[in-house]
Amino acid sequence: MTAQHNPDFNSMLEFNNPNPVTLNIVLKGSWQLQNVLPPVEPVIRKLSSSLQIERISFSCAASTSWDSRLLIFLSKLIRYCDENRLQVITDGLPAGVRRLLDLAASSPTIKATSQRGNNESLLSRVGSTTQDLVAGAPDALRFLGASLKSVARLVTGKAQYNRAEFFYILQQVGPQALPIVSLISFLVGLILAYMGALQLERFGAQIYIADLVGIAMVREIGSLMTAIIVTGRTGAAYAAELGTMQVNEEIDAFKTLGISPMDYLVMPRLLALVLMMPLLSLYAGLVGIVAGIIISVNVFDLSVYEYYQQTLRALNFTHFAVGMMKGTLYGVLIALAGCLRGIQCGRSAQAVGQATTSAVVTGIISVVIAASVTTVMLQKMGMYEFH
Amino acid sequence: MNSTNPDFIDPDVQAHITIENLSMAYGDVVIQHDLNFTINRGDIFIIMGGSGCGKTTLLKHIIGLKRPATGNVYFENDNYWLSGPDLQQKIKRRFGVMFQAGALWSSMTLAENIALPLSEFTELHAAEISELVSFKLALVGLAGHEDYYPSELSGGMRKRASLARAMALDPEILFFDEPGAGLDPLSARRLDELILELRDSLGTTIVAVTHELASIFTIGNNSVFLDTDSRTMIATGNPLKLRNESTDPRVRSFLNRGEQ
Repeated sequence: MTAQHNPDFNSMLEFNNPNPVTLNIVLKGSWQLQNVLPPVEPVIRKLSSSLQIERISFSCAASTSWDSRLLIFLSKLIRYCDENRLQVITDGLPAGVRRLLDLAASSPTIKATSQRGNNESLLSRVGSTTQDLVAGAPDALRFLGASLKSVARLVTGKAQYNRAEFFYILQQVGPQALPIVSLISFLVGLILAYMGALQLERFGAQIYIADLVGIAMVREIGSLMTAIIVTGRTGAAYAAELGTMQVNEEIDAFKTLGISPMDYLVMPRLLALVLMMPLLSLYAGLVGIVAGIIISVNVFDLSVYEYYQQTLRALNFTHFAVGMMKGTLYGVLIALAGCLRGIQCGRSAQAVGQATTSAVVTGIISVVIAASVTTVMLQKMGMYEFH
Repeated sequence: MNSTNPDFIDPDVQAHITIENLSMAYGDVVIQHDLNFTINRGDIFIIMGGSGCGKTTLLKHIIGLKRPATGNVYFENDNYWLSGPDLQQKIKRRFGVMFQAGALWSSMTLAENIALPLSEFTELHAAEISELVSFKLALVGLAGHEDYYPSELSGGMRKRASLARAMALDPEILFFDEPGAGLDPLSARRLDELILELRDSLGTTIVAVTHELASIFTIGNNSVFLDTDSRTMIATGNPLKLRNESTDPRVRSFLNRGEQ
C-alpha cells in the first residue's frame, strides 16, 4: 500500500548531460502506477534551474513498462517545452509511445462550446432562468389552446384516438390509485378527527367532530390530498411516458403521419383524469369520514349512530358538489402539466428526468394555487355557509 | 398527380420535391444555408455529408417536422410551409418515414403499429387491414411477428418493422434516416436491395440520409453533399459521378474514404 501511495518517483527518473545544452532524461522501472500520476515538476525544476539547456532527449531501459500515465507525463513535459522554446528529441522513447504521442498531437483541439455546464455567475444564472420562465409562458398558453381545440374535435367526434388505450389509461389512473388514496385519506381523516376532537372536548362538543371531519374531507381536503397523490403518481407518469416517446421519435412518427399527438396522446390522458379525479376525491372524503368514526367511537366515546346522524346533518349537496368540482379542476391541471412537460421534453435520459420533476412541481403548485383561489372565490360568492 | 407537367422538357423526369434557398437554424445558430436541389420522381436520393453537418435536420425540414428559417420546400407544385393545414395533411399522407431508431410506438404490437395509419386513413375493414399488415411484415422479412412488441425485437428488426409501417399507406415517397446504421453488413445489404426493389416495382421516390459509402453507391442515383465547415451544400448529382468527376477535393475525399 505504501508503495502505491507514496511511490519513489526519484528512482524512476535520472538525469544526465551528454553535452552542456542537452538534458537527457532516463526513464526506469514501471510507469504503470496505480492511481497516481507521476509528477512532472522535478523535471521542470531541473530545466528551469539551468539556463543553458536548449533541448531534452530521452532514453529508457528495455525493461521499462508503461501505459497512459507515461503518455500524460510526456505530453505535459512536451507542452512545457513548447511554451519555453525547448527542443524535444523523442528518439529514445519506445516506438509505441512515439506513435501515440504523434496521434494525440495530430488531432487539433477544437474549443467546442457545449450548451450546458458553462460556469455563469449566480446573477446571470438567475437572469437567464427568469428569461426562460417568461419565454415558457407562450408555450404553455399555446399548449392550452391546442388542448381546447382538441377537446372541441373530441366533442364533435373528429378526434382520432385509440379506445383500448384510453381504457387502459383510465384503469391506471383510477382503480389502480385506490390503495394509496385510501391509505392517505384515512390517515389524514384520522389526524383531523383526533386534533379537532381534542379541542372540541374542552367545550364538551365532541359531537361536532362529525361536522369538522365531514365538511373538511368532502369539500376541501379529500380532493386536495387526492390531487397531490395523483400528481406524483399520474402526472409524473404522463410526463415520463410522453417524454420517452419524444426521445424515441415516436411523437415525430405521429406528426409525419398527420395524426395529432394532442388528439392521440394528450386528450385520452386529460379525459381519464377529468373522469377519475372527482370520483377519487369523493372516495377520499368518504374514507376520511370512516376514519373520523373510528376515532370518535374508540377515543371519544361517541356512538356510530350519533356520528352518522350528525354527519348527515352537517353535509349537504353543495359540499359534495364543491369537492367533486375541485377534483375535476385539479385533474385538468395535473394532466396539462404532465402532458405539457412530456411533450416539451428534450432528447436525452436526463431530459426525461427533468420533464418528470418539472411536471410534479408544476402540478402541485398549480393545484395548491387553484385550491386557494377557488376557496376564496366560493366564499365571496356566498357558497361557504356551513348550515 | 399522374398527369405529365408540360413545363418539363423531358417528360420522364418530373420534379417530385424541390428545395429552394433553404436555410436551417436552431435559434441563432445556422446549421446549413442556401440549399437548392431537386429530387425527381423515381430517384433514390442520398443526403450525405460528415457527422454533425445537419443531414438529419435537413430531413426533418423536408418532412415538415421543423420549419425552415428561410426558403421553401415544394412537393410537386405545393409549397409545404405556405399551405393550409388541410393541404399539409394531404401532402403528409403521400409520404412515409423510417426513423433512425425505428420510432415504433412502444405501447403497441407490430400489427397495431402498422394497422394504425391504415385504420385512421382508409375505410378498410379489420380483416382486410390485418391481411395488409401481414403482407407488409412479410415484405420486410418479419412474417409472423404481428404480436411482438417493439421492445422484444432486435434493432435491425425494429428498423424493418418501421419500414413496414412507413409503407403501410403505399406512399409515393419514402424517407429513410440512416437506414443501414446499426445493421450487420448482410442486413444492410438486404435493406438496400429492398429499397431498390421498392423503387423499381412501385416507382416510389426514395430519400435517404446516410454516410455509408457502400450503400450510397449501390442505391443512390442522385444526391446532395452537405459540408460542415462552409455550412452549405457543395455538390449535387449522381454519387458515382461525383466520386470520379467532382472538382471539389472535399467531395472526392469523402467519397473515396480520404484516399485520393
